[in-house]
Amino acid sequence: MNLWYTENHSPNVRFSLEVEEHIYTGKSDFQKIDILQTLEFGRILTLDGLVMCTEKDEFIYHEMITHVALATNPAIKKVLVIGAGDGGTIRELTAYPTIEQIDMVEIDKMVVDVCREFLPQTASKLDDPRVNLYFEDGLKFVRRIENDYDLIIVDSTDPFGPGEGLFTKEFYGNCYKALKEDGILVNQHESPFYAEDALGMRKAHQKIVGFFPVCKVYQFHMPTYPSGHWLFGFASKKFDPILDLDATAWNDLDLKTRYYNTDIHVGSFALPNYVKEQLKDVE
Amino acid sequence: MTNFLQQKVPIMEALNQYKSMRVVPFDVPGHKRGRGNPELAAFLGEQCLSMDVNSMKPLDNLCHPVSVIKEAEELAAQAFNAKHAFFMVNGTTSAVQAMIMTACKAGDKIIMPRNVHRSAINALILSGAVPVYVNPGVHSELGIALGMALKDVKEAILEHKDAKAILINNPTYYGICSDLQALTDLAHQHDMLVLVDEAHGTHFYFGDNLPASAMSVGADMASVSMHKSGGSLTQSSFLLINNDVSEGYTRQIINLTQTTSGSYLLLSSLDISRRNLALNGKEIFQKVAEMAYYTRTEINKIGGYYAYSKELINGDTIFDFDVTKLSVDTRDIGLAGIEVYDILRDEYDIQIEFGDIGNILAYISVGDRHLDLERLVAALAEIKRRYSQDKNSVFIHEYIRPQVALTPQEAFYAPKQKLPISESAGYISSEFVMCYPPGIPILAPGERITEEILDFIQYSKDKGCFLTGTEDSDIANINVLKEFVE
Ligand SMILES: Cc1ncc(COP(=O)(O)O)c(C=O)c1O
Repeated sequence: MNLWYTENHSPNVRFSLEVEEHIYTGKSDFQKIDILQTLEFGRILTLDGLVMCTEKDEFIYHEMITHVALATNPAIKKVLVIGAGDGGTIRELTAYPTIEQIDMVEIDKMVVDVCREFLPQTASKLDDPRVNLYFEDGLKFVRRIENDYDLIIVDSTDPFGPGEGLFTKEFYGNCYKALKEDGILVNQHESPFYAEDALGMRKAHQKIVGFFPVCKVYQFHMPTYPSGHWLFGFASKKFDPILDLDATAWNDLDLKTRYYNTDIHVGSFALPNYVKEQLKDVE
Repeated sequence: MTNFLQQKVPIMEALNQYKSMRVVPFDVPGHKRGRGNPELAAFLGEQCLSMDVNSMKPLDNLCHPVSVIKEAEELAAQAFNAKHAFFMVNGTTSAVQAMIMTACKAGDKIIMPRNVHRSAINALILSGAVPVYVNPGVHSELGIALGMALKDVKEAILEHKDAKAILINNPTYYGICSDLQALTDLAHQHDMLVLVDEAHGTHFYFGDNLPASAMSVGADMASVSMHKSGGSLTQSSFLLINNDVSEGYTRQIINLTQTTSGSYLLLSSLDISRRNLALNGKEIFQKVAEMAYYTRTEINKIGGYYAYSKELINGDTIFDFDVTKLSVDTRDIGLAGIEVYDILRDEYDIQIEFGDIGNILAYISVGDRHLDLERLVAALAEIKRRYSQDKNSVFIHEYIRPQVALTPQEAFYAPKQKLPISESAGYISSEFVMCYPPGIPILAPGERITEEILDFIQYSKDKGCFLTGTEDSDIANINVLKEFVE
């Protein structure tokens, strides 16, 4: 038996994982959902044939999308998470006793159902009493909210398909409106390396810069994402992620993390020149 | 039985059959199924170019259909409940012109509202027919032109008993419908033909609970833009005839200006779209109406925008409303429709159908996805948050009653002089001025230019409307009649 999962990382580059078992396949109103058991990366979730999350490297993504904002402003109490159907982002957030409310808006209920069943590693904390699940369009959800959240995390898929609306100017503008006056927006910011991803990165940056006084990008290493070099955006009405980092306070919380630490926090904002140039071009 | 017949697509079937015969082409078009123009074939697709063929025996001829085009036209006529349907390849413009030129010779009168599409007045220039304008009402709050009031049409008919026809624009771009049945009956009592510009009403023939269609009330001719709500390729359209209108004479009129090389891409798109509408139209337009309803409701929740619908109905000038249309009044956020239209495109990558001074119109169709509707609503909410101004900053102009001095044809061909537009008040215009879209003339040939009209043109320009119509492409100068006419 020689079964391999292959995904195009660019039109001319492929990435393959050896598969032990095709555990689940289904089609929701929005996308095709698959769970595969792989030899190297454990269980993986794919949407429309693109890897979203693997048991082996999801910690990198989920730690970096959450702790940077929370170490910058430890007073965050009310959080909105958009996307994130696998539950990994929620799992990280629930580690903070200071967070009082987490609203999660995922357009595709089936993704959550499938992850609850097959990916308990990430979905385990979705039943935390502080978590409210809403299954609807994220763009529609934020449109109705004003001055309400301390943190919004946009844990979206790519800027094509069901996640398209989460890369638009109207969405970022609505997020700005939904945040309190010291609110922070963290978003999945694509990658600088391959042309198509880089275009998504530049467009997202261009749109966010128009709204937020503080607008930074930070990086992390994600082995299963195209090129392995991935970015998140950090935008805020007030806080600077480096100047306002309260490292002692965060370290005193004594949270167990495998990727994030307060040194990485600072270092992740140091970007390669080719990335800086691309971002500067659209500012 | 009807449905069974409507499954046929004679033109598409003939094209497929022809392709499978692998006939060697020593005829036009010279690209020879794309082989002679690889760049074009790569861009549009080989399949597309292989269907771009010439009229010939197995594929019939649009100028004189005897086989597959004839059959396809008969199926279309059946689907629309008309006596005959003509396949048109030069837009609804050509259908509107054929209606008017079939009904009227030079000097014949035709009763019409002044807010017709330019194609109707163009037909008057071509034919020499004489317009008798009926003022459309203007909605006192929304400022949009309405349907024709029955009373006004009656007056016009009694005053011009020799008129040959009346032209009704139904529905308007915004979705406003006139009392088509009553207008048709009235005109028929006075032996006038009823011509309907139904460019925005193709779906009336297929959906449930939609306003009455021209053929259903017994109108004589109708122009339906299949390429708008019907889903066919841009530029393709149907002309429908009914009652005693002669098929042969109408065809002769069409052939006065129609190409002898009708495009099979357009013809097959009409054929395939007609089948789709006949078989699935009910569900399609049900879905479109639901999407429009949802979006309208969400837009109205934002506040400051007014997405209107059936509540406007007043029994006469708004006899009915087309709920598939999404027209939105924007003035309460202090922005002209055209400004919202520009911001949507420039800032949010959303292209809508048009914006005028008071309104925007977003075209909703079966091709829309829910997430795109959410984007439109969210962008409108953002535009309100970021750009709204004092609500008195946009003002609506009253309907300007045209002062017609000469027929459009006389004025267009009369000796003329060029004047800076700002100095032209008092003169008779020899040409059009209009915003496009919607393409409804502000000024038509033969009409006196007034300060009021010039103010409106300047205001539209300032707000960013795309003005067109004059020989001078900058609309800085206008051709007026040399002779001063009282
Ligand atoms: C009312 C009306 N009639 C006729 C036409 C002409 O249609 P076409 O552009 O297909 O020639 C239009 C086009 O916008 C229209 O709005």
